[in-house]
Amino acid sequence: MSKNNTVFIGKNKSFWDRNRRSEGYLLKREIKSKTMSIARALLLFGLCFMIIQPILIRFSTGFMQEPDLYDSTIVLVPRHLTLDNYRIVFDLTDFPHSMLNTLWISLLVSVLQVISCTFVAYGFARYEFPLKKFWFACVVLLIIVPPTTIQTSLYMYFASFDIFGIFKALTGKTINLRTSIIPYAMMSLTCMGLKNGLYIYMLRQYFKNVPDSLEEAAFVDGCSTMRTFTQIMLPDAMPTIASCFLFSFVWQWTDLFYSRNFLSAYSLYSVQLSSIVSRMSRYFSADQTKAVIVPNGRQQQLIAIGVLICFVPLIILYCFTQKTFVQSLAMTGSKE
Amino acid sequence: MANQNAPREHWYDGIVEAVQTYIPGNATFRTMRARNARIGTLFILPFIIGFLVFMCKPMVESFNFSFNDVKMVPGQGYELTPVGLGNYKTALLVDPEYNTLIVEESGEMIINTIATLVLSFVIAVLLNQEFKGRVLCRAIFFLPVILSSGVLPGIEHQNEFYDMMAGMAEAVEGSSGINISQALQDLLQVSGVANSFFEVVFTMIDSIYDIVMASGIQIIVFLSGLQSISPSLYEAANVEGCSGWEAFWKITFPMVSPLLLVNCIYTIIDFFMKNDNKVMELIYQVTYQDFKLGVSAAMSWLYFAIALAFIGVSSFIITKAVKSYE
Repeated sequence: MSKNNTVFIGKNKSFWDRNRRSEGYLLKREIKSKTMSIARALLLFGLCFMIIQPILIRFSTGFMQEPDLYDSTIVLVPRHLTLDNYRIVFDLTDFPHSMLNTLWISLLVSVLQVISCTFVAYGFARYEFPLKKFWFACVVLLIIVPPTTIQTSLYMYFASFDIFGIFKALTGKTINLRTSIIPYAMMSLTCMGLKNGLYIYMLRQYFKNVPDSLEEAAFVDGCSTMRTFTQIMLPDAMPTIASCFLFSFVWQWTDLFYSRNFLSAYSLYSVQLSSIVSRMSRYFSADQTKAVIVPNGRQQQLIAIGVLICFVPLIILYCFTQKTFVQSLAMTGSKE
Repeated sequence: MANQNAPREHWYDGIVEAVQTYIPGNATFRTMRARNARIGTLFILPFIIGFLVFMCKPMVESFNFSFNDVKMVPGQGYELTPVGLGNYKTALLVDPEYNTLIVEESGEMIINTIATLVLSFVIAVLLNQEFKGRVLCRAIFFLPVILSSGVLPGIEHQNEFYDMMAGMAEAVEGSSGINISQALQDLLQVSGVANSFFEVVFTMIDSIYDIVMASGIQIIVFLSGLQSISPSLYEAANVEGCSGWEAFWKITFPMVSPLLLVNCIYTIIDFFMKNDNKVMELIYQVTYQDFKLGVSAAMSWLYFAIALAFIGVSSFIITKAVKSYE
């Protein structure tokens, strides 16, 4: 717009010339916009720095030897470089093993969750059926009920699992499912996993905005329901589904609640990380039986490394998928 | 078919409709509408099953727990002895921490929610403008979505190490170093302006890191709302001589305000369900260390009721405000 305005005053005149002709308005506007952009740059830089700084500190303290931690002249750059800390944290968290476990479980669970949530969201967005409002209220309930409310009974439910007493009648025993991934896989398949209500809500929002005519045309041409869903609706919904998958993957990766309750049989990285302090004291004692007190600074250093290791894969993933994350949400979040 | 849009006359009409839709042997069953309804139900069937099995049953059970004294019997599950409201009384009157923690968390929640909404809105407006490095900035601001989930904040919270480092840095600089926020605080307090208000503001400033970390999703939601506003509105306003400030309050804010409700509810839920939430920790401890299942059930139900109350009140206020604004 500003470029068009200059046409009237003369393109080739100098700034001050134009400013004089506009009776000071141009200068005022220029100053205003410059100030705005400087203020904005400062504010954003400060906030960005605040987000990034803890990561940087973690990264640099990770390479410090213990004496460096207590040396107040050292702030960011370590004097005695060492990779030992990483080795210790790897040992403490059972590193490659727990990370691989986390990887395949997160992948499996998020794929299951996203598939079932897509189906459910499509049903809610595109079909009219009796009690629809009631079921949708249940989805909202799913979003707002804290999982702690139901954890105890779920825990016991899976400890003595039975479908309508069939197993008890057949074998006289109930099955303890707590040692396998089956309960959580079942929950994921039926949209009861971590924050699944939210994914249903997001996907439903997306499907609602797709014009009806697409489906109608497909119906007139004799396309079956399933085919309409997989070949017409799904391809367009891919970005949204991908972002749901990413959320699901990331949240599952760092989740502690469900991991501790349902997946305790697998050594998952997040669980290992949460109990790192108690294992540390045993690790550093000479005979592995007595606990020694690990100095606080050292403890925090090792925790910092653990956290760093936990989110480095996520950040790498995020760098590649950032566009999907943001753009697809731009399509779903709007309205309502 | 003809009266499909007719208003329902009885409360049980929905159930009658359901019966006619799902059970063959009547005229309605064979209609297109009923067929579609069955397909739709098939789509949401996973959710229905999951909800009934993994949500409804445990919820009813845990509600039942909260009125009983629960004893674990090895090998057989549990034994219930009814105690009426005893568990609730224990939670509210006997437990030394629960009361105070709830009040504390609720207060913190109110402040945090307001701060999160304001901050995420401001950031979203900033990120929606054109400037160099916008893509990078956006990427950084959405990092908290990853960093503040699950196990990370709980562990990060033990930030004593960094406090220690900061303390040492101060010690090196000597006591003469002026802490700006402290100085400002002193200044304002000396001048006698409403103390408690400034205290709230200063706690907000002190906890800005937590607030930024908790506002990743909210920023995305606001940003998506901002991007859905058609640019022609601003053009028209500009032609009519509307200043940027006016355009903000007359166009941007009303267009985004419906999202305020979504974000507010999301923030409240997020805050109540965080892992490093003290009440959650207490409930976890009562469940798994003290094995007082009844009391912990009562505690979580009370907690849930409070969360619901907050969501209800805030959505009421926001809906009213947005309506009056329009």
